[in-house]
Amino acid sequence: MGVLPFPPLLRRFGLLLPMVALLLALVGAALAQGLTLPDLSGRIVDAAGLMTPPARERLEARLKAHEDKTSDQIVVTTVPSLQGASIEDFANQLFRHWKLGQQKTNNGVLLLVAPNERKLRIEVGYGLEATLTDAVAKMIIQAAITPKFKSGDFAGGIEAGVDAILSTLQGDGEWQERVKLRSAPDAGYDPMTLVLLVIIVIIIINILAARAASGGTPHRRRKGGWIITSSGSSSGWGGGWSSGGGDSGGGFSGGGGSSGGGGASGDW
Amino acid sequence: MAVLALALPLAACGINNVPTLEEQAKARWADVQSQYQRRADLIPNLVETVKGYARQEQETLTKVIEARAKATAMKIDASTLSDPARFKEFQEAQNALSGVLGRLLAISESYPDLKSNANFLALQSQLEGTENRIAVARRDYNAAVGAYNTEVRTFPGLLWAKLFWGARAMETFAASADAQKAPGVKF
Repeated sequence: MGVLPFPPLLRRFGLLLPMVALLLALVGAALAQGLTLPDLSGRIVDAAGLMTPPARERLEARLKAHEDKTSDQIVVTTVPSLQGASIEDFANQLFRHWKLGQQKTNNGVLLLVAPNERKLRIEVGYGLEATLTDAVAKMIIQAAITPKFKSGDFAGGIEAGVDAILSTLQGDGEWQERVKLRSAPDAGYDPMTLVLLVIIVIIIINILAARAASGGTPHRRRKGGWIITSSGSSSGWGGGWSSGGGDSGGGFSGGGGSSGGGGASGDW
Repeated sequence: MAVLALALPLAACGINNVPTLEEQAKARWADVQSQYQRRADLIPNLVETVKGYARQEQETLTKVIEARAKATAMKIDASTLSDPARFKEFQEAQNALSGVLGRLLAISESYPDLKSNANFLALQSQLEGTENRIAVARRDYNAAVGAYNTEVRTFPGLLWAKLFWGARAMETFAASADAQKAPGVKF
C-alpha cells in the first residue's frame, strides 16, 4: 500500500514537475510578479485616501454611467507606495492584473496616483490608444491634473483628469476611430492549456475521491492506465492546487482587457 | 502513482506545446519589432523639429540619424531569434539608439523655445510612450520565450522539440538598467 512499484519510473516522470510548473506559470502569468497589488474593490480604489467619500461616490457614479453607455472601463486608483517599481511598470501590471476594459476591445483606462512618490500615470488599454493617445494623455496630466495636485487639491485634480478623459473618449460622437480597436492579444490561455487543466482537475478529484473512499486499492479505470491510490503519507500530490482567481467583490470587475504601456506619466 | 496518471494525458498533449508556445513567442516578437518600428518612424519628425530650434546640436542630431539607420537596417526575423550573436547585435543597435535619443531629449531641455513648441511636446510624449511600450513588449516577449524555453528544455517537451519539431531555445532581452531597479521584472 502506498509503495510505488517502480521507483525509477517515478523519477522519470518527476521531470514533469517543471512542466506542471510551466502550466501554473501560464495561469499565473497575468498575476503580478513581485508586487503586492490592491484589490479592485470598485471604480475608485483610493488606497492612499486622497478623496472624501462624497467625492468618491460622485465620481464613481459618472464612471459607471460612462461604462453603461460605452462599455469603457475607467478606474481611478491611488496607492500609498509604488513598492520600488517605476510608475509605468506598476500601472501596467495593475492594469493587467485587474484586466480593465472588455476582453475583445481592451477599452480600459487606469488613472494611477502615487502621492508619496509624487507621480501619476494614465495607462490606456490597447483599444483606446487611438482615441486617448499618449500626447493627449500627457496633455491631460500637465494641463488638467498636476496644477491642482501642486496646490494640494488631489480630489479636484483627479476629478479634472477624469473629466478630461471622459470628454476625450466621448469626443467626436460617432466613435469612428474606434473601429481600429486592436483585438485581444492571446494572454497564453490557449485551448490546450485549458484542456490540460481540466484533465488535471479531474484527476485530482479522482484521486481525492478514491482516497476518501477506500485506502489504497488499485483501481482499474475503464480506459486509462492503472491508478493506485495511496492512503495518505506518500504522494503529496493532492494539495496545493488551489490557484483559484476569485472574482473581486463589490459588483465590479475587470472585463478581461489588457494594455501594452500606452498612455503617459507625469509628476508634480 | 498519481504522477503516472498525470503523465499519460500530459505526454499525449505535450507534443503540441512546443509549436504553440513558439508561435506565442513569435507573436510577442512581432510586437517588439512593431514598437521599435514605431519609434524609428517618430525620429525623422523629431529631428526636423529640433533642427529648427537648435542648429548647434548638429552633432547629436547626426548621431541620432546614424543610430536610427543602423537600428532599422538590422531586421532579424523570427527564425533568427535563436541566434545569440544576431540577437545581441540587434539589442545593442536598439540600445545605442535609445542612448542617443535620451541625450537629444536631455539637450532640448536647454532650449526654452523648443521645449514649449507644441509639436515637440507631442513628439516627446509619443516618444516616451513608445519607449514604455517597448519596455512592455520586451517584457512580454521575455515571458513568452521563458515559457517556450522551459518547454523545450524539460521533459517531455524536450523530446518533442528535439525529435519532432527541431525547435531550439530562443534568446531573451537582457534587462535594462532601469528595469533591474524595478522588482519582479528580471528574466
